[in-house]
Amino acid sequence: MISLAGRDILHAWQKFVFTGLGLGLLIGVTLSMAGVYRGMVDDAQALLSNSGADLWVVQKDTQGPYAESSSIKDDLVRSVLGMPGVARAANVTYFTMQVQQGKDEVRAMVVGIEPGQPGGPGYLVAGRHLTRSHYEAVADVKTGFLLGDRIRIRRHDYEVVGLTQRMVSSGGDPMVFISLKDAQEAQFLKDNDAILNDRVRTAANPAFNRPGTPGLLDALQATQTSSHNVNAILVQVQDGLLPQQVAEPIRRWKHLQVFTREGMEDILVAKLIATSAKQIGMFLVILAIVSAAIVAFIIYTMTLGKIREIAVLKLIGTRNSTIAGMILQQALGLGVIGFVVGKLAATLWAPVFPKFVLLQQGDALTGFGVTMLICALASTLAIRAALRVDPAEAIGG
Amino acid sequence: MNQGGILIEGLRKTYGQGDTAVEALKDVNMTVGPGEVVGLVGPSGSGKSTLLKCLGAIIEPTAGRMVLGGNVIYDGGWKIPDLRTLRRDSIGFVFQAPYLIPFLDVTDNVALLPMLAGVSNAVARARALELLAALDVAHRAQAEPSQLSGGEQQRVSIARALANRPPVILADEPTAPLDSERALGVMRILNQMAQQSQTAIIVVTHDEKIIPTFKRIYHIREGRTIEEAGEGRSLEGMA
Repeated sequence: MISLAGRDILHAWQKFVFTGLGLGLLIGVTLSMAGVYRGMVDDAQALLSNSGADLWVVQKDTQGPYAESSSIKDDLVRSVLGMPGVARAANVTYFTMQVQQGKDEVRAMVVGIEPGQPGGPGYLVAGRHLTRSHYEAVADVKTGFLLGDRIRIRRHDYEVVGLTQRMVSSGGDPMVFISLKDAQEAQFLKDNDAILNDRVRTAANPAFNRPGTPGLLDALQATQTSSHNVNAILVQVQDGLLPQQVAEPIRRWKHLQVFTREGMEDILVAKLIATSAKQIGMFLVILAIVSAAIVAFIIYTMTLGKIREIAVLKLIGTRNSTIAGMILQQALGLGVIGFVVGKLAATLWAPVFPKFVLLQQGDALTGFGVTMLICALASTLAIRAALRVDPAEAIGG
Repeated sequence: MNQGGILIEGLRKTYGQGDTAVEALKDVNMTVGPGEVVGLVGPSGSGKSTLLKCLGAIIEPTAGRMVLGGNVIYDGGWKIPDLRTLRRDSIGFVFQAPYLIPFLDVTDNVALLPMLAGVSNAVARARALELLAALDVAHRAQAEPSQLSGGEQQRVSIARALANRPPVILADEPTAPLDSERALGVMRILNQMAQQSQTAIIVVTHDEKIIPTFKRIYHIREGRTIEEAGEGRSLEGMA
């Protein structure tokens, strides 16, 4: 038996190809939306993996340093290093800012690190790691900076000495690594005018400028021009120990909040991007409904255009199942064309997106299954119309 | 009782019920022998199409008896359980317009019926080519229906009607869209095929050009048939 659906598609291939192209672009958008969500999750996981930490020690009663602000003193790292099971610990600061890059601005996450300690870039694609204490930076290639370029961060310029890749914040912003001291100054210190005003204001306060205690004002002024705060301490635990075992004593005795990798992943994936995920989920549902409506409309219209032929087919003894199969196969054929076009389009345009779009094979397979299901469901309307055609319509009268 | 032809006795068809009932067929009686081509003529609304639909097992008559190809198909109720198979295997249809399937080539339009009946593709296509050759359209076997002339399309539709070698062919205004020469050509073919395969053919027509070619004509008026002898002019000399 010949394939009626196949012959019809071959006969009107332009119609099918152009319709499939339109549907494909819609499917491409749907796959890209799924890729955007996967990219967000991957960004969050990349941030955690790249930090090289087993534990994140942050300010008590906060979910910092990524989801909430956290501020702790930088000397706490020494007492954390003394806790049982801690192999390495390092201070780290994070702040997001707009960085001037040529004529454009790039949104970047500036990370203050202690070179060679947890929190730094794992590997470089060009250049070297930070070696000097000040005014050097390692930037992610996504910032657009090249080796030797200068980055203006707050009051100082930093020379790019190394380039790294896929070092991004949970929001997908590329990272710029500078030394911890520089970062503390950039993050917590005020500008010169503000410092001057604060000095005058403090000196005018008789409580801080007592004639009987001459060193008090100077000591107070000194605290205002130096910063010893960091956002978190990253901890690596000794081999053979579970992070949870090491976290508990720190939490208990140092009165700090400690997160394991699982806890931090939960904050980043389940909480930080939860709203975005729901947003994308809504888009996916709407796109699925729109795709179904379009396929249903197209197949229904195509079927109505063949009513007379269907009546003849029924009159000459064609089974209803053969006619239904023809329409179903055409709908599925349209779905296959649409999916191929959509997958191709999504693969081509994914790298152009400003943020990371991760197209996974599993998502593609699910998308294919959903597309086929939607096409099958959408064809039921047309099948119903075809099965209701009276064979007598072929005769007229 | 004819063996292999058509026998209709006291056929009635009423649409609707009660006050709104319309008697489309009141008392239809017809016989068409094997190899015979008879005309069925009548004004619009006389019941021609209803009769054709009853004969074609598309609508159920209200009463009467119908025998097609020696088999009683209706006698106060359908006697054949599968009307779809009856239509496929025992009745050939030729329509006013050819209604060929546009996405199948000429050969497959004809071969489709045997294929639907379970005949293998190769055998069905061979049978289709044989019929197309007999109807002088074998040279267009690979063409699409849209590439054929009106006359060629109608010949292909006749080939399709004959593809399952049915004992009965019902032709509904088969020459209406054709000019005089082509209309007579179609009638010539129908007569040849009727004689060659001993098929009983009923041709519903208004076409004055072809009416003189029938040896027997049934007039249908207000749901009743009246038989009359036709002129039975030879098709060979007509143009």
